[in-house]
Amino acid sequence: MSSAPRTLAEKIWDAHVVRSEQGEPDLLFIDLHLVHEVTSPQAFDGLRAAGRKIRRPDLTIATEDHNVPTTGITGPGVPLTGPDSPVTDPVSRTQVEALRRNAAEFGMRLHPMGDASQGIVHVIGPQLGLTQPGMVIVCGDSHTSTHGAVGALAFGIGTSEVEHVLATQTLPQVKPKTMAVNVSGALPSGVTAKDLILAIIAEIGTGGGQGYIIEYRGEAIRSLSMDGRLTVCNMSIEAGARAGLIAPDEVTFDYLKGRPHAPSGAAWETALEYWRSLPTDEGAAFDREVTIDASVLTPYVTWGTNPGQALPLSDSVPDPASTRDPGAAQRALTYMGLTAGTPLRDIPVDTVFVGSCTNGRISDLRAAADVLRGRRVASGVRMLVVPGSMQVRQLAEEEGLNEVFTAAGAEWRSAGCSMCLGMNPDTLSPGERSASTSNRNFEGRQGKGGRTHLVSPAVAAATAVTGRLTAPADL
Amino acid sequence: MEPFVTQTGRAVPLRRSNVDTDQIIPASYLKRVTREGFGDGLFAAWREDPSFVLNQPRYDGATILVADTDFGIGSSREHAVWALLDYGFRAVIAPRFGDIFRTNATKAGLLPVVLPEKTVALLQDAAEADPPASVTVDLAGREVRATGGGLADSLAAAFEIDDYTRWRLMEGLDDIGLTLRHEDAVSAFEASRPGWLPVTQ
Repeated sequence: MSSAPRTLAEKIWDAHVVRSEQGEPDLLFIDLHLVHEVTSPQAFDGLRAAGRKIRRPDLTIATEDHNVPTTGITGPGVPLTGPDSPVTDPVSRTQVEALRRNAAEFGMRLHPMGDASQGIVHVIGPQLGLTQPGMVIVCGDSHTSTHGAVGALAFGIGTSEVEHVLATQTLPQVKPKTMAVNVSGALPSGVTAKDLILAIIAEIGTGGGQGYIIEYRGEAIRSLSMDGRLTVCNMSIEAGARAGLIAPDEVTFDYLKGRPHAPSGAAWETALEYWRSLPTDEGAAFDREVTIDASVLTPYVTWGTNPGQALPLSDSVPDPASTRDPGAAQRALTYMGLTAGTPLRDIPVDTVFVGSCTNGRISDLRAAADVLRGRRVASGVRMLVVPGSMQVRQLAEEEGLNEVFTAAGAEWRSAGCSMCLGMNPDTLSPGERSASTSNRNFEGRQGKGGRTHLVSPAVAAATAVTGRLTAPADL
Repeated sequence: MEPFVTQTGRAVPLRRSNVDTDQIIPASYLKRVTREGFGDGLFAAWREDPSFVLNQPRYDGATILVADTDFGIGSSREHAVWALLDYGFRAVIAPRFGDIFRTNATKAGLLPVVLPEKTVALLQDAAEADPPASVTVDLAGREVRATGGGLADSLAAAFEIDDYTRWRLMEGLDDIGLTLRHEDAVSAFEASRPGWLPVTQ
């Protein structure tokens, strides 16, 4: 280990190297492995075929989130089969059955649909206090970068790597480069973490972070709540970075204290001392630095078919020739059914989705409810509000947020990935247009032929009220 | 996985940037619990367009895909790699890849080759020519070669790949088996971990 100044990411990396050999990737120890139904079945089949076990079931946790429905969840023990099951798709059912069978066979903790701790994998990790500073966390899901918000090194992996982690609790990894995204100034009122990360991705591009771990730094980042930080780190992958993280500070410690799996008593003090040693040292060098001025930002929205194709809501659909990739922009406009020069505020939507691992936490629901209170969802517009976890759902109901949503005409759902990804019953129809608080506006992401505009929860709610892309300040 | 040493064949030009893994294999196909048979879902939405490049009979049997930059961005789904392999591709050439896709590819035996944009454009032109170029991806020699396809001279472009990944791909080695050789090191590391770190059970 070097005594030279190091970045947060380098400190975490160095503390997890099991084995380092010239000319080979480092072998990293994995502190926490999150599992869900979609990317794990083939990995468990691999374990079975080789006669292997999960090396550390005590560092592994699973949930059902991607393909399960968010309606008809009557509570713990909701049936997976039979006439009372909310799961009507037999292929989805088979996949959930596989996860349950694997959890039982391999001794893995699982939060099934209906369970009080069930939810989107990246919402329940931090919520349970399993996500802690300085840890290395992986999951077969690209939005694992979310967990970087507490100062962990967290990245998405494929199914072969899932099997590797299950079998060995390690992963061979080539050390990425480091990028500092310095966010100076303060976010103006009405501008959120989602707007900030959309602006950052528009600046870096979808491939700009490729090969890097991003550390988000600066005044605007320090001022974000933990929920806001989770939103920012969540979308690191949309800038091409496998991981994004934020140095732990008092916001982090306040968030963690008292959570079910956070250390307590003397262990808390020991952990705290370690966590305080993690932030990037003075004088540590990053391979690349990008600076964003938060004070000039306004609400952002995507107009195209990748998350880098975003602009301030006050802008207009761009002329493809004026963009950095004219061919991609032209194809995006064709797919999205948009004409250059149209004010973004004039774009009508059919559906509004509030939820996902990007914006399905309690602060997000509060922000949407604050806009909707005393207002109605526009006629002809469908609005889904999907809490990121059953615990978020419960908290929202204690605060009466569900009543705000239903009084406005929105649907109040159970926890899951829902309309983020088009593999459960919540999808867009061909040609249907959404304002969505999720993370990807790829072609068909929310359902074949669907058209997605990524927005913040506040913009989503204001859009639901008018039926076209709208900021709360416009109401 | 099947070893990759060298591959010579027909190349398919995919003149699109930012091809995300949702396009390579839509989420609706991800409910399956096997690794096989994903070729039917490869570029499923785009293949509904009769003019899409994979629908042109002249590219039947192609083994090399030549795409624009940022291929394989987005979702971590390894199903994207399985779909390309199942369809018959053994290598993808692009100026830049999504990180997770590139890693997944090397774990499953699909070779991702990074070449400069100009070289990729030349290869795409040569793949589109009639008769098309014959393209060789030589992992042993770390080189892509193409002849014919209207190329004035034979094209030979070196590409970079680290020694370890190259060796693993050429031998078709299973990563887990390699790691298990160092189980003692893993056990020693485990013994050194602080007791306050969280456990799930």
